[in-house]
Amino acid sequence: MAGTVACRKAFTEELLSLAKEDASIYAVTTDASGSVTLGDFAKELPGQFVEMGIAEQNAVACGAGLSLTGLNVFVCGPACFLSARSFEQVKVDVAYNHTNVKLIGVSGGLSYGPLGTTHTTLHDIAQMRALPGLTVLLPADAAQTRALTKDLVRFEGPAYVRMGRGAVPDVYAPDETFEIGKAKHLYEGDELTVIACGETVYHAKQAVERLRAEGRSVALLDLFTLKPLDEQAILDAARKTGKLLTVEEHIVNGGLGAAAAQLLAEHNPVPMRILGLPDEEIVAGESTELFPRYGIDSNGIYEAAKKLLNA
Amino acid sequence: MGTVVKDHTLGNQTDAQLARKADEMRLSVAEMTFRSKAGHIGGSMSELDLLTALFYRVIDTERMKNKGPGRDYFVLSKGHSSEGYYSILADWGFFPKEELKTYAQYETRLMCHPSRKVPGVEIGTGALGHGVSVAVGIALGLKRQNRGGHVYVLMGDGEQAEGSVWEAAMAAGNYGLDNLTAIVDRNHLQISGSTENVMKLDPLAEKYRAFGFDAKEINGHDFGEITGALTSRTPGKPTAVIANTIKGKGISFIQNQAVWHHKILSEEQYEQAVREIKERLGDL
Repeated sequence: MAGTVACRKAFTEELLSLAKEDASIYAVTTDASGSVTLGDFAKELPGQFVEMGIAEQNAVACGAGLSLTGLNVFVCGPACFLSARSFEQVKVDVAYNHTNVKLIGVSGGLSYGPLGTTHTTLHDIAQMRALPGLTVLLPADAAQTRALTKDLVRFEGPAYVRMGRGAVPDVYAPDETFEIGKAKHLYEGDELTVIACGETVYHAKQAVERLRAEGRSVALLDLFTLKPLDEQAILDAARKTGKLLTVEEHIVNGGLGAAAAQLLAEHNPVPMRILGLPDEEIVAGESTELFPRYGIDSNGIYEAAKKLLNA
Repeated sequence: MGTVVKDHTLGNQTDAQLARKADEMRLSVAEMTFRSKAGHIGGSMSELDLLTALFYRVIDTERMKNKGPGRDYFVLSKGHSSEGYYSILADWGFFPKEELKTYAQYETRLMCHPSRKVPGVEIGTGALGHGVSVAVGIALGLKRQNRGGHVYVLMGDGEQAEGSVWEAAMAAGNYGLDNLTAIVDRNHLQISGSTENVMKLDPLAEKYRAFGFDAKEINGHDFGEITGALTSRTPGKPTAVIANTIKGKGISFIQNQAVWHHKILSEEQYEQAVREIKERLGDL
């Protein structure tokens, strides 16, 4: 089923609908109502919309201040700036102060690939995972984004969510439910588990379905919560299938693969391979060009899985 | 635009009583820093007359403590000057005075920079240039929800070099936050020397005016001037108070010396400092 709705649009539609019923829900942005798709929110609920201009540091810290008056605050902006420019505010004012602030980074990963490395966000999982008490989410599609938005409104405490820019093919049915902190099993299997997050889930699903059609028993786990890590799901997968392949739209240092490898190294080392972006400057290009280039598209995942299966 | 004085039932202490209270707090700061061999004595001394006026005259501190409707907020953006702040919170009963002895000790919640674990502390600070943004967020949140209460934030002057201070100032002016008073403890010294040598700040009041504030420059050790500035309000504009102070105020031999930003008193110096303060208090 082809998707036509970008995660960011699913998020803002859901947030607007929830905010109409709850005056405590506020959206804060950084001259990014267009990028985030907050235009309707700003028009329909101007009293719950805060424009902070191109000032990410102030937007995040102000978000913390707004939350101290009892408001349910969503600070939204391009992930590249929100994660990096305001990182100390995220660390101090949101994570360590444990304020009820949700940080929504849109157009993350390689979404802005043609714009160059100023606009890539391939570091955010690593940095956000290093902050105690911060929940980190990477939804895979519009349905999951809608469901997680509903959960986040009720979720007390700080969270960082990264989503991409373009419409992604649907992975989930609209009525699917999720629990923050619990990985989602898409396929069970015995020979290998593929673990993916964010937009790579769809590509991993394509690859896994191809392998399964060829008779290989490959499992697929959507680890949409990067923190707190669903350690049990990863350890169970290692125990059951003995081999793991992780895939993420993030540098290979400190992301999903690194988190899984750290866990397995301590508890149950198994053969594994980590797919992601290399530790080098990424070339310019659209996601559709860069995913294959760096081997995180369905074909790249399929080939890496085959190698690991036959190793 | 006319300046109006806030209609507020001010604490009924005289200026002399406030000066005495500030000296009691200075004594506490000297004790805390000497005992722990930690802290930032210079800036804690310079800000104490401002904090004393705020907590014993301007703010309804009991209401703040009980989180009553329309209560005020205070944010210490210069989080390193926490000793005087803690002493005042303890004096008001936010936590037991006895706990001040744990300042900067193993597993204490009274760290050198304030944390939200400390009763009365709205937001943990210490990374400079954050508190003022948080205060802007609180003020905007109160305004949008039509809640009363005023937000006071105290910054250092060296802190003014942080770009985020000016992001916050721009937002405060943009949103006409007349429920916000930003105070600068203008003691003219920072860790490496004179603020004007490290990074020129003057004309500071003019900078705040350009960002949409009603800015006043006062003597930060004159309780009359402090009270006037902290209670004045200009509709539609945030207030900035540039309070000229003396770093190390109240201990003669540490005043106006950058080295006392965070130097620790020797035993002999501690005894001399205590003697000076107690002489003023009439306890000797």
